[in-house]
Amino acid sequence: MKVLSLNFLTCAVKACKSSSDSYPLHPQDAELVQDEIELNPDMLINVLPRLDWTALRTTSSELGFPALPEQAPTAEELQADEKMIRDLHHLLLETQISEGKLVCANCGHQYAVKEGIANFLLPSHLV
Amino acid sequence: MSRPEDSLAADVHYDDTEARKYTTSSRIQNIQASMTRRALELLDLKAPSLILDIGCGSGLSGEILSAVDPADGGPHTWIGMDVSPSMLDIALQRDVEGDLMLADIGQGVPFRAGSFDAAISISAIQWLCSAESSETSPTGRLNRFFNGLYASLRRGGRAVCQFYPKNDTQRNMITQAAVKAGFGAGLLEDDPGTKNVKLYLVLTVGNNDNEGGNTDITGVVSGMDNVDVLDARKRLKANNTQIKKGSKAWIVKKKEQMERKGKIVKATSKYTGRKRRIQF
Repeated sequence: MKVLSLNFLTCAVKACKSSSDSYPLHPQDAELVQDEIELNPDMLINVLPRLDWTALRTTSSELGFPALPEQAPTAEELQADEKMIRDLHHLLLETQISEGKLVCANCGHQYAVKEGIANFLLPSHLV
Repeated sequence: MSRPEDSLAADVHYDDTEARKYTTSSRIQNIQASMTRRALELLDLKAPSLILDIGCGSGLSGEILSAVDPADGGPHTWIGMDVSPSMLDIALQRDVEGDLMLADIGQGVPFRAGSFDAAISISAIQWLCSAESSETSPTGRLNRFFNGLYASLRRGGRAVCQFYPKNDTQRNMITQAAVKAGFGAGLLEDDPGTKNVKLYLVLTVGNNDNEGGNTDITGVVSGMDNVDVLDARKRLKANNTQIKKGSKAWIVKKKEQMERKGKIVKATSKYTGRKRRIQF
């Protein structure tokens, strides 16, 4: 599970749809692995306006990464700053949660992550 | 050809042996690859994008998304959802680039609003038409899926879903669910009338500005050759102007209605519907 995907995932439980606590999901007991992935600056700049920066700050601090700047960089800033684009690429795409849990802050449902695959199957009473 | 959808649920059907067979068959690989390329052509992505792969399976379609040439606006980043653990296991062994998650699309699409530029689905959504327990219904699953998909795509985003409907009822059920969710929907048929017919459901979110005339609501086939556009949307009747109750036109219309029913009706003359003269 990449950090990029985590920034878009919400709790799948129906009752959580209306609650603001159901996003972001909080990683617990996470084991991280680093993957080498080719840098794709255009894709990052494309995704940048859709990232929830506050959620990303929370996730990165929970995973033990150095603190991100308070404000999201603009596309121009990112384009000009080679180091920032590399850091962001490293955090969003190269970092993967291989084992652990994702927990919803609203209902407390735990989504298990095994071998990098999160299990979002729900028992029928929660759908 | 037998349809596995009829007998088993997707996660039960694609067990370890079936998933391996599916992924290693060169025939299936070729068909999947050509369908993915066709879907990409319909999506018409100009820049590296974030794509949702619905029913990604072992990542046959995802591989092509990651391998799009930079000249054609690639490579794309994708997130894949599938319900079969065995398929995902093979995807892991094949070391695909996208992010994988185990999820049932009939339970919804658990992403926040406006996450994706596009979505792609190859031979998956017909599985939604079969409910495996009495608690779920095909329409309920389809609605949850399309509502979730509609929300998770950004405005102006597109989705292309290739699927194998069992019959026309299933085909209509799927398209109606998509339209109900708010999509501008169109069906594209490749090689119609042959055994190799391939059906693509093309969905757009927002920006359907080309209204009026016999046009394609999704706007994906504009500029393509050899495409016939059939517009099956219901139109407002042109002669739907209100006739005033009690007017002559209204009386004549009523008389015609009665005549059609087989009732005996007095002939229409110049006196029909006239006011009586005031009498002292």
